[in-house]
Amino acid sequence: MKQLFHAARILLATLREIFDEAAYSRFLARAQMTPSREAYTAFWREREKACARRPRCC
Amino acid sequence: MPTGTSNEMKKTLSILAWLAVVLLGAVAVGVVALRRGEPINALWLVVAATCCYALGYRFYSSFIAARILALDGLRATPAERLENGRDFLVTNKWVVFGHHFAAIAGPGPLVGPVLAAQFGYLPGTMWVLAGAVFAGCVQDFVILLFSVRRDGKSLTEMAKEEIGPVGGFVAYAAVISILIILLGVAALIVVNALKASPWGAFTIAMTMPIALLMGVYLRRIRPGKVLEVSLLGFVLVLLAIWGGQWVSQNPAMAQIFTLSAPTLAILIIVYGFAASALPVWLLLAPRDYLSTFVKLGTIALLGVGIVVLHPTLHMPAFTRFVDGTGPVFAGKIFPFAFITIACGAISGFHSLISSGTTPKLIARETETRMVGYGAMMAESAVAVMAIIAACVMQPGIYFAINSPAGVVGQAPEAAVATISSWGFPVTAADMQALAHAVGEQTLYNRTGGAPAFAVGMAQIFSHSLGGATLMALWYHFAIMFEALFILTVLDAGTRVARFMVQDALAHVYKPLGRTSWYPSILATSALIVASWGYFLWQGVKDPLGGINSLWPLFGIANQLLATVALCVATTILIKMHRAKYAAVTLVPLAWLVAVTFTASWHKVFDPQPRIGFLAQARALEAGPATGPTARLIFNNRLDAAVTGVLVVMVGLVLIESARQWLEILSGKKEARVKESPFVMTRLAEGQG
Repeated sequence: MKQLFHAARILLATLREIFDEAAYSRFLARAQMTPSREAYTAFWREREKACARRPRCC
Repeated sequence: MPTGTSNEMKKTLSILAWLAVVLLGAVAVGVVALRRGEPINALWLVVAATCCYALGYRFYSSFIAARILALDGLRATPAERLENGRDFLVTNKWVVFGHHFAAIAGPGPLVGPVLAAQFGYLPGTMWVLAGAVFAGCVQDFVILLFSVRRDGKSLTEMAKEEIGPVGGFVAYAAVISILIILLGVAALIVVNALKASPWGAFTIAMTMPIALLMGVYLRRIRPGKVLEVSLLGFVLVLLAIWGGQWVSQNPAMAQIFTLSAPTLAILIIVYGFAASALPVWLLLAPRDYLSTFVKLGTIALLGVGIVVLHPTLHMPAFTRFVDGTGPVFAGKIFPFAFITIACGAISGFHSLISSGTTPKLIARETETRMVGYGAMMAESAVAVMAIIAACVMQPGIYFAINSPAGVVGQAPEAAVATISSWGFPVTAADMQALAHAVGEQTLYNRTGGAPAFAVGMAQIFSHSLGGATLMALWYHFAIMFEALFILTVLDAGTRVARFMVQDALAHVYKPLGRTSWYPSILATSALIVASWGYFLWQGVKDPLGGINSLWPLFGIANQLLATVALCVATTILIKMHRAKYAAVTLVPLAWLVAVTFTASWHKVFDPQPRIGFLAQARALEAGPATGPTARLIFNNRLDAAVTGVLVVMVGLVLIESARQWLEILSGKKEARVKESPFVMTRLAEGQG
């Protein structure tokens, strides 16, 4: 059961990383901001360039 | 029990277990390779693939990791040394694995194997298994490690540093060429899947407002809740699929969404331009989230479906088209099967991902094996699923869907007569019933691989989940899944190419490099979209369906990039004084050189018009002059020139690399690797 929870936690962490939720949490911690429209706008301002340069494979 | 005895017992059990895997794998590969004349069950392919991957990972990758690369768990990675909370970040290995797999898994491993199934199930399966274990996984693994040891440098930077300026320039040019050809081919696949299909066109059209809605929702309503909005987007897409059925049955709506190939091509070109110029958060990112969400779910579902339902393969091991006369694309197994299937076996494009985001997330060097080698194995497994989806269909139906009208004829009666005369019986009534079952007006001449994959997937699922009544929904779900995938590649690829061109133009005129300067954005977006739009238009107007010319061109470009990546890897291995093990990259490199150079020769100079671009141009010149003749002649000559230029460029990299190897091995040049200096890790065991 413990291993199942561990696997579920890893899966959720993977999804949060793939879907940029983890990156947003890190941004909030780094910028010492709370979740808000302004914070998310600032996050995207920072992220836009890196995200747009990320290729998606064929 | 004493510890020594317990360890010995564990070792004996481990040896026995691996012997069992070897035995099972040998039997499964034997059945797949040797059974003739009767259909085999798809489970044999699954077992053969699982055993090959398990053995490759356990023994070959660990040999490379330990004896050749000497992975060092004590050496701090760039994620640790340069951690900034943005690009460089110590991340759990499973999370990096998922992230890397999501980035490398695109439509390629689904489309290529479906097209190559015209040779039968065996050539594609063998290439996917051997190619992945000995070439693709190795390439992704070593490039990832070498990038980790160089602060996450890109392939083009490594090529420039290790091989020289020629290497850097060729890698850059190859990436741009691949992107443009890939985007043209990808768009063509979408056009062929959606032409004259009101249901499919409506569903895909709806994904655009859904993505915009997701973007606004994320920005204004629930900032940062991406998983939540992706789930919402997925539900809306399912509703769009359901709504598509209504659209297809409503005469007025069906007329609006019944689009010809040229109209769809124009719409996709306009969409590509808009997606490149709009802010990332509004369209590109939400679509990427939605596509990834659907992709991961569908791949998992398809995997479970194949294992649980274990369908029978109706396609023979080999078809008569091994002689090069195939209707899907012309050319013999060697070299064409090996350039048609790229992503499931080896793909140069992966080296860009392995030297992009991933090396900046790796916590320990030792994890590069699991992420680089392991994720490529998972991608290869997706290709095996695609082979199964294509081969569960009756071969006659497969050929009726995938053959262009220029080969089998425009009228249904002519098409089925031609296909049946090849020994693959199919009737017009079969095709009509199938088209009706999947909610389409017709399934003839749906070249490109996507509709055939969708039919195969729908057939697999309709045997259990919902039965035949849901077949149309499954078919359109699969079409939506592939089109969504491809349009995401189109968005992201156009933007990546735009940035690359802007970076290059900045050397000519500095403001052109500013990625937020609108005149530059519009000009470079137009340049990139016009470039791939040209290939798309060429494909749409090609009487042989476009895929016959463009997919091999893309395969050649992609495999040539893999050649550059393997040149970089071999050069670094020799510089690391591992020349005696250089065969691990040198053998795949030699194979790729043989494949790509032979394929390029055929595509340019082969005297058969269906294979050689120049022969096709000559045949058109000699034939009756019609309106589009002059353009078709020009297109064929352009394709020949593009192929020639790519081959010459990669030839230069090969010569430059070989010169370096010889100089180092003969002692004329010092073997100096350009790695970042060793720094001891501060991470505790198990962290990251």
